[in-house]
Amino acid sequence: MHEKTLAELSQALQSKTLSSVELTQHYLKRIETFDGKLNSYITVSPDLALNQAKAADERIAAGTATALTGIPLAHKDLFCTQGLRTSCGSKMLDNFIAPYESTVTQRFIDAGAVTLGKTNLDEFAMGSSTESSFYGPTRNPWDTERVPGGSSGGSAAAVAARLCAAATGTDTGGSIRQPAGFTALTGLKPTYGRVSRWGMIAYASSLDQGGPMARTAEDCALMLQAMAGFDDKDSTSVDQPVDNYSASLNDSLTGLRIGLPKEYFAGGLDAATADAIDAAVKQFQALGAEVKEISLPNAELAIPAYYVIAPAEASSNLSRFDGVRFGYRCNDPADLTDLYKRSRGEGFGPEVKRRIMVGAYALSAGYYDAYYLQAQKIRRLIKNDFMAAYEQVDVILCPTSPTPAFKIGEKIDDPVSLYLTDIYTITANLAGVPGIALPAGFANGLPLGMQLLGPYFSEARLLNIAHQYQQVTDWHQRAPAGY
Amino acid sequence: MSFDRTDVEKIAHLARIALTDDEIPATTAKLSGILGLIDKMQAVDTRGVTPLAHPLETTQRLRPDTVTESNQRDAYQAIAPATEAGLYLVPKVIE
Repeated sequence: MHEKTLAELSQALQSKTLSSVELTQHYLKRIETFDGKLNSYITVSPDLALNQAKAADERIAAGTATALTGIPLAHKDLFCTQGLRTSCGSKMLDNFIAPYESTVTQRFIDAGAVTLGKTNLDEFAMGSSTESSFYGPTRNPWDTERVPGGSSGGSAAAVAARLCAAATGTDTGGSIRQPAGFTALTGLKPTYGRVSRWGMIAYASSLDQGGPMARTAEDCALMLQAMAGFDDKDSTSVDQPVDNYSASLNDSLTGLRIGLPKEYFAGGLDAATADAIDAAVKQFQALGAEVKEISLPNAELAIPAYYVIAPAEASSNLSRFDGVRFGYRCNDPADLTDLYKRSRGEGFGPEVKRRIMVGAYALSAGYYDAYYLQAQKIRRLIKNDFMAAYEQVDVILCPTSPTPAFKIGEKIDDPVSLYLTDIYTITANLAGVPGIALPAGFANGLPLGMQLLGPYFSEARLLNIAHQYQQVTDWHQRAPAGY
Repeated sequence: MSFDRTDVEKIAHLARIALTDDEIPATTAKLSGILGLIDKMQAVDTRGVTPLAHPLETTQRLRPDTVTESNQRDAYQAIAPATEAGLYLVPKVIE
């Protein structure tokens, strides 16, 4: 039954050919069998899942089910879940049980979905490989010597190995789209403000956005429908009606204008990925789209600007971890300063400490204008590039990453080389525009990803385009061997 | 420009992060590499460009000044490292 997509499972549950309890037990068994090797889950919650599954079956019998009722999902372990540990992949929060539920997970609970557990991530979502987790690296089911991408690598590996029907992720600089690309999944980063950030442990608040990771665009549409919408508890949530994401999946692509940003196809792009995008361009043309070259001239400035803005916001957000109110506390502090410093020094891993320090430096007296303000000005230049591009085209097509999944350990000692892997995804976060990643092919057995970036609130159109592509290709139907 | 040990110790203090002696050399080298990356911004002429703080440039919503939350001290203190009589315990601050 794990071969089925979320949409197919939903139909099977509604028609009562399958019960949620059976399905949940099946996934729990699969997690037990395969996750020892993959390490995609930090916490598995069988009791909670089976109780939710029983309630879902009753709801289906009562005729009050939604499309997600009874569907076993996994959540990135930075969505706060009441009564179920939320570690954020950090020793700092190894003992943290949130006293409240995040808006996103509450919406899934309200829809009747089942929570199988919480998935692994780079510590505090700061990374692109899921290697910086306190709970050890997650392995890519397509090649267990390789990373699944990050920071939502646990969710990616779990969906790819069919250890859940779909999962949540978050994307601050590509953390949904890059792992989706590395594992042949479809993943969507919504417009900034479309999905509530309340109860999502903050990394960089002006960039963070939750979204779905699933096998198909159709599944992502069902997931996003539950996640999206205004939330009074998130001060940056946007009060705008939510589209019906499934309703427009079958719209025609005739006349769609697709732009290829020339800067994204210059040096550094792996040849197999470039070939896969070329082939996708031909598919889109056959579906009726017009494709033209465009320019995003400031794209190369995105990484330097991001690695100021995100650490600056992180240094502020993570100042709450002080060893006093919750989380890790050092032993025998000599005084209050020692308590703060050692709790943070011992509780955070090396990459988190580096980013906090970069942020503290960029915000410190004498450097603020040169770093933080300059980065915010460059952020406007990048947004302006997108706005100019969307006057000429409807969506932008480009790779998700310069290469397929790299080996575990390959980049761990060189943070800058790891940062550069996000070169194609970061611009969308800085501009706040939505993007959908989807599989575009394979090279040597490894998935190759592409993404479509659209104007603000174009999620329905992006899902429609991805769905139409998935009607004429089968990359998304391939599964890693052995699972 | 790159960081030296003194710079890193100063930044670590600002961030209230204790670094062990073993951590300092690698941290200094890696932070210097990151500084080299972000310093690429300095070559860009941004005169006349207004900084962008929020992608949609909306302003923060205001809400009526009324009490909306109930007291959840017990729930919040249940996850604290050390409390007593409803108070958070920290090392003595005033001698």
